[in-house]
Amino acid sequence: MNAFLGWIEDRIPLMRVANMHAIQYPAPKNMNFWYVFGFLATIVLVNQIVTGIWLTMNFVPSSEGAFASVEYIMREIDYGWIIRYMHSTGASAFFIVVYMHMFRGMIYGSYQKPRELLWVFGMFIYLALMAEAFMGYVLPWGQMSYWGAQVIVSLFGAIPVVGPDLVVWLQGDYVISGATLNRFFALHVIALPLVIVILVFLHIIALHEVGSNNPDGVAIKHKKGSLPESEKTKYEIHEYYTSKYDIADDVLPFFPHIVLKDLVAFCVFLALFTYVLFFAPEMGGKFLEHPNFEIANPLKTPEHIFPVWYFTPFYAILKAVPDKLFGVLAMFGAIAALFALPWVDRGRVKSWRYRCGLHKVNLIVFAIVFIFLGYLGGTPQENWKIVASQVATIMYFGFFIALFLYSKNENTKPVPERIPK
Amino acid sequence: MSNVSVDATESAHNENQPENNTRRRFLTVATSVVGGVGVVGAAVPFIASWNPSAKAKAAGADVEVDISGIEPGQLVRVMWRSKPVWIVRRTPEILEELSAHEDKLKDPNSEAEQQPTFAQNRFRSMKEEYLILVGICTHLGCSPQHLKDGAFEEYVEGVPDGFFCPCHGSKFDMAGRVFQNVPAPLNLVVPPYQFVDDTNIIIGSEAEA
Repeated sequence: MNAFLGWIEDRIPLMRVANMHAIQYPAPKNMNFWYVFGFLATIVLVNQIVTGIWLTMNFVPSSEGAFASVEYIMREIDYGWIIRYMHSTGASAFFIVVYMHMFRGMIYGSYQKPRELLWVFGMFIYLALMAEAFMGYVLPWGQMSYWGAQVIVSLFGAIPVVGPDLVVWLQGDYVISGATLNRFFALHVIALPLVIVILVFLHIIALHEVGSNNPDGVAIKHKKGSLPESEKTKYEIHEYYTSKYDIADDVLPFFPHIVLKDLVAFCVFLALFTYVLFFAPEMGGKFLEHPNFEIANPLKTPEHIFPVWYFTPFYAILKAVPDKLFGVLAMFGAIAALFALPWVDRGRVKSWRYRCGLHKVNLIVFAIVFIFLGYLGGTPQENWKIVASQVATIMYFGFFIALFLYSKNENTKPVPERIPK
Repeated sequence: MSNVSVDATESAHNENQPENNTRRRFLTVATSVVGGVGVVGAAVPFIASWNPSAKAKAAGADVEVDISGIEPGQLVRVMWRSKPVWIVRRTPEILEELSAHEDKLKDPNSEAEQQPTFAQNRFRSMKEEYLILVGICTHLGCSPQHLKDGAFEEYVEGVPDGFFCPCHGSKFDMAGRVFQNVPAPLNLVVPPYQFVDDTNIIIGSEAEA
């Protein structure tokens, strides 16, 4: 048996890669609840790919057949309903875990040097995920699919000079039509999943190069020769890491310690996920909106048009600005600001545990503002909401401006050399 | 045998003489440019295939509509390029309203090019009685609702008729002119059209001058 494994290992480095990136990967021992969402995102990605492949087997990507084929999947395919709801619930679950994952990165400063590219790859995943989710939502060809697509595609019409022609080119028709549906299908099932999987791969490679951050933001890798033997980890860590650094006695090997912690989170996640799957797959119109149970009709606009909940914060920003071009710019600017976070934050201390009180307040206010914007963007327009969304939009960007200003000369607490016991 | 000797001379040549850098650079740049042109050429089909197909263009052809059956005040919808086109037969009262609220409009004189030149007037139409509009909000493409006989007063005081977009609250008057302080930036689009005779119009093209 060993001879056989050796034969394989000589030809492809299976065990070397498994040891380096999983079994003997050094993970900080103080990783907490917030550190499960990357693992959960991977699980949801697998769920989306597997259920997506199965849905493709019966979905008809045409304006004539799409809506009926989704009903066919729901009503006539054995277990079709569960596969479709796993996919639609999975989309919302994806954004829940990704938003948690991102907020974790923000509170513990996981975007700071040397993890800037790690953060940027993550943001590209988020961007690709938004495109993927948007196009996926168009496919059932219900009313909200159609009118949501109408709203999003016409955003590009705000670009000066080329806008209107660009919209026709994107749609492949003078309006959203079957041509649009077919190309969105191609992008949704082939192009974007490939991009996402490649980006996830790069995200993990970048993570393992710089190492995982932790709730204290304390480095676990120390300069070679700087730690006495007694302070080095007793666990077997892959020589890729130990040959370059002294790994402190602050780490655990990824397998089995971290994997087991993640599996606990996975069980809790599954309990919640299956509850939604079986008892509230539409989530009261938040995961699958009510007008989408009616076939797309270009001549009849639904009374209220909202994107699905995970886009509503940005939608509220779009609506808050009374000028079309600047509204679109503000919306994309809101995402661009997140990309720039590693350079907006000029602080040297990572975790909010050791940063100034203002930083904690700023982060919590940002989270509240983001949720509030989501509420404003996902409920019918009322007069007070216009002003409210304008205030919230200013506060959203205010987070970044404030962070940029106070992070330069911030009053921080001393950061321990080693992870506190 | 002869190959070997050629190789030997070549390498001897390279060792003894400085490389011709200018020539090498020229060849590198020339190869890259030709390769780049090839990539651009190869990209053309992939990009151009996203344009509307011949079928979609044919579906975007002109439509002829008989308007003799439209009652005063009534709005009928027809499809042109899969877009809703509204034909409204405006009553004299509605036409009178149009001049009353012009101070509340963003572009009362239709200065933005949202209409053929023949419709650049208060009524935004060729014949005052008939309003022809693309029924798609200039904000984000929803289709506004026609509110008449005072129903529009809820949204704009003193204006009994108009169009209200349920998506983001944009408001337009009975000439498709946009009100101030709403998200829509422009007046509704007037499509090109022509009267064949008194009761038939063609939407999609203007009469040849």
